[in-house]
Amino acid sequence: MLRFLLTRLGLAALVALTVSLISFSLLFLAGDPAVALAGEAATEEDIQAIRAQYGFDRPLPVQYVAWLTGALTGDFGNSYYFNTPVIDLITERLPTTMRLGLAGICFALLLAVPLGVIAAIRPNSLIDRFALFISVVGQAMPTFWFSLILIVIFAVALGWVPVSGSDTWRHFILPTVVLGYFATPGIMRLTRAGMLEVLRADYIRTARAKGLHPLKILFKHALRNAAIPVVGLAAVQLGFMLGGSIVVETIFALNGAGLLAFESINRNDFPVVQALILIFSLIYVMLTLLADLLNAWLDPRIRVA
Amino acid sequence: MVSSSRSEINHTSTPGQQLRRRALRHWGLMIGSALLGLIVLIALFAPFIAPHDPYAQDLTLRYLRVAFMGGTWEHPLGTDHLGRDYLSRLLYGARISLTIGLVAALISGTIGTILGVTAGYFGGRVDTVVMFIITVRLSMPVVLVALAVVALFGGSLTVVVLVLGFLLWDQFAVVMRTSTQQIRSQDYVTSARALGCSTTRIIMTEIMPNVFNNMIVVITLEMAHAIILEAALSFLGLGVQPPLPSWGLMIAEGKDMLFFEPFLITIPGLALFILIFAINMLGDGVRDVTAPENRN
Repeated sequence: MLRFLLTRLGLAALVALTVSLISFSLLFLAGDPAVALAGEAATEEDIQAIRAQYGFDRPLPVQYVAWLTGALTGDFGNSYYFNTPVIDLITERLPTTMRLGLAGICFALLLAVPLGVIAAIRPNSLIDRFALFISVVGQAMPTFWFSLILIVIFAVALGWVPVSGSDTWRHFILPTVVLGYFATPGIMRLTRAGMLEVLRADYIRTARAKGLHPLKILFKHALRNAAIPVVGLAAVQLGFMLGGSIVVETIFALNGAGLLAFESINRNDFPVVQALILIFSLIYVMLTLLADLLNAWLDPRIRVA
Repeated sequence: MVSSSRSEINHTSTPGQQLRRRALRHWGLMIGSALLGLIVLIALFAPFIAPHDPYAQDLTLRYLRVAFMGGTWEHPLGTDHLGRDYLSRLLYGARISLTIGLVAALISGTIGTILGVTAGYFGGRVDTVVMFIITVRLSMPVVLVALAVVALFGGSLTVVVLVLGFLLWDQFAVVMRTSTQQIRSQDYVTSARALGCSTTRIIMTEIMPNVFNNMIVVITLEMAHAIILEAALSFLGLGVQPPLPSWGLMIAEGKDMLFFEPFLITIPGLALFILIFAINMLGDGVRDVTAPENRN
């Protein structure tokens, strides 16, 4: 287990390092950031001054190492737009995104796992078909369009929830549904497939033959084993959700890190964008690491391989 | 005994015939390919079917309603905020979505297949390196990176296609790697190697034809993914730029009139939905038909 843990940790660190290199080079991908910052009417002296001010005159590897060592201590430099530390902007907005992501994954699990289980117990039943319908629709529905439709129906026509903003928990309802629904098809398919496979297993037949209560067989013997891959997928989906919440947050004007990312991209505020890409990646790396460890703990076979 | 041998031929069908029969009986596959075929035809013949020029503005005819909701049949789906014919824009929009989907899937398919097949065939260190690249790619937030890159290079059809193509290869790599691993140890690959075939030849003539079905399935998946992402990027204003009739852009432009003219977002949204639905049905169908043992 320790060996497994150390290998996985090392891999995660290496991935994080590579991502940091990529998100750093993104800034220099499109040309000279000093020219872009100086604006159109800038003279050569202005550009030189900006280069010196932001340290763009140093060699790139030096800049990268400086940025990385800063990032390790939580210092991502100052925002070009607000001239305040990037990390303050992000820590202020990240909790909203986290809350949204967690609510979304809970919604997805609550919808997908029961549906998947029932669909697996009664294949080709009405519920199985309903589950299939939900997943087909979920896969084909663009998030932003789904959001707008929900706004038209539930916020405008029915007036049950606010249209946009992030002040109360009621502002989170529609974004949670949109984000969670997006993750539902994958989790449901995996639950259904896992349950179908497990329910055919010998130990389930043994449990039935012993005369155990069907519900006990279902929850204690079957679901527990079928849930192992679902745990991994849910963690991965949560990572995707946090990174993908940018669209949903923008539509609902939910004041989270996703909206901050969108605003910063439009303001050419690269330090914030770089930091957000790195942070979202780190969260994803940590979530997959957590999922792997959780899986290894749930399923001893993985530890050895 | 000529007649009996003939009936025997009729009963024993070739694998190709069985495949065709399974395909024709598969409802999802049939519906998906029919819908997709229709959309492809619309895209190809848009100039001939569209009743108006999709770019022609007429500010005296802004926000006309859909014909059966109080509009005129001159503009069956009404007009947008610049008085442009909505049906014509919708028909031309199919071209953008299909182009994005196809080209992005081709780029990402090439990258992903090369990575995946190499990793699966050679294994060992090569596999470790490729797996690492895949992990790095998966850990990057696609929408955020795509938005940032489009913002840096400026939004245009070419930039969007390239960005999506270079971001969405992960599924290809993962699936091709697993498929290749399964085929690598088959007897016919071993015998090809024993015959002294070159690695390139083995990969091209022994491996590739056998992973082709899986590749088709991933192509449909990633086409759908690219189309949805393009629409989302354009919707956020960092994708295809106006006045191009991208469906995502049409939704963005209709958003301001969300409360008054909801059809402006409903129509292009439905078009997107139908296209993605058709592609997904096709992909699921191909998977079921080519590998009936893997259903569920």
